[in-house]
Amino acid sequence: MVKELERVTGVPVVHICTIVPISLTVGANRIVPAVAIPHPLGKPDLPPEEEKVLRKKIVLKALNAITTPVEEQTVFTEPQLW
Amino acid sequence: MEKKKVRIVHYINQFFAGIGGEEKADVPPGVIEKPVGPGMALQGALKDEGEIVATVYCGDSYFGDNLEKAQEEVVELIRKYNPDVVIAGPAFNAGRYGTACGAVAKAVTEKLGIPVISGMYPENPGYEMYRQYMYCVKTGASAATLRQAVGPIVKLALKAGRGEEIGTPEEEGYMPKGIRKSYFHTERGAKRAVDMLVAKLRGEPFKTELPMPVFDRVPPAPPVADLSKAVIALVTSGGIVPKGNPDRIEASSASKYGKYSLCNIDSATPDKFESCHGGYDRTYANENPNRVLPVDVMRELEKEGVIGKLHDYFYATVGNGTSVANAKKFANAIGQELKEAGVHAIIVPST
Repeated sequence: MVKELERVTGVPVVHICTIVPISLTVGANRIVPAVAIPHPLGKPDLPPEEEKVLRKKIVLKALNAITTPVEEQTVFTEPQLW
Repeated sequence: MEKKKVRIVHYINQFFAGIGGEEKADVPPGVIEKPVGPGMALQGALKDEGEIVATVYCGDSYFGDNLEKAQEEVVELIRKYNPDVVIAGPAFNAGRYGTACGAVAKAVTEKLGIPVISGMYPENPGYEMYRQYMYCVKTGASAATLRQAVGPIVKLALKAGRGEEIGTPEEEGYMPKGIRKSYFHTERGAKRAVDMLVAKLRGEPFKTELPMPVFDRVPPAPPVADLSKAVIALVTSGGIVPKGNPDRIEASSASKYGKYSLCNIDSATPDKFESCHGGYDRTYANENPNRVLPVDVMRELEKEGVIGKLHDYFYATVGNGTSVANAKKFANAIGQELKEAGVHAIIVPST
């Protein structure tokens, strides 16, 4: 999906996903690791406010990815958020 | 001893039967008691070892619109000629035709117990949907590749028609049926694995026993220059949909995606949204759908001026057992819309 979206639109697409190797295999170009499969952008054991702060940091990482030029598949690991 | 001549019924669509193009795609099934169109080439290659005793045809739209009925009608027509084997197509990359050939293969296999040989381009959906019911020779995308397909199709048809054992896809030149056949290997698995590893380390050729699917690549798009003016869309395969799942997106093997408005929505709250994904524990996503579809923080970032705008709609499907072909189809349609809408970037959270 990610790859086809990028092919059709020509705009950067960032994949937020937990199983990074799958994302690499299917060909996503910008990848941001997620927390866990059932809650990629959440951490239910955190208090709600802290959880939202974490979510915002992941989204900011994704936004950083779409403003970063890449030549090949890139996993945006830094900064480590959890 | 002279071998018995193999009796063959050939299934083709209205176009290859010479009845007409798209305007005749709604013709119901019929029979011509001789080889027609590509059947002439097949008959030529069969020589006197086999005979196409009848050609059964059906319009592609008729077949697609009346799937159950058309299958029955076609099977009844084929039954009358008591064939040893049925050849369907080849359908190349014609989707409806390939699907019809596959459906014929399934019905003939199940109802008549007769083997079916076909030929398709690997991406023809008919192959993926019905491959276990037929020996499907790999063809090119267009009918111009018929000549190359005839040989392997005829060879398989004669073998299957005589009830001879059909070998592996590599030996016989058909595409895998997705069926696992047990047999005793002379070497145990551990030794075979180590042999492969050693060959790989030595840079020698080796043949995997579990081929991985091949994915093509798309060059990375240039980055967004000014985030504060960018319209950003959310697309997810994590199954977040409006409560009640109005489009009835399937929990697995999704056949569709949904497009939903985010106007006046500041957060993906559990009273309005839920997950319809069948491939993960939905507890956390249902408790707070923002954990999959981060509408709450996207709105905050929009208010803070970090991004220009969150796109008015989000798109969702379920990426659980969903075929690559379907995922690509959804993404193609979604991509077209997002392009027309002028979005500058897309965030795809997946589960």
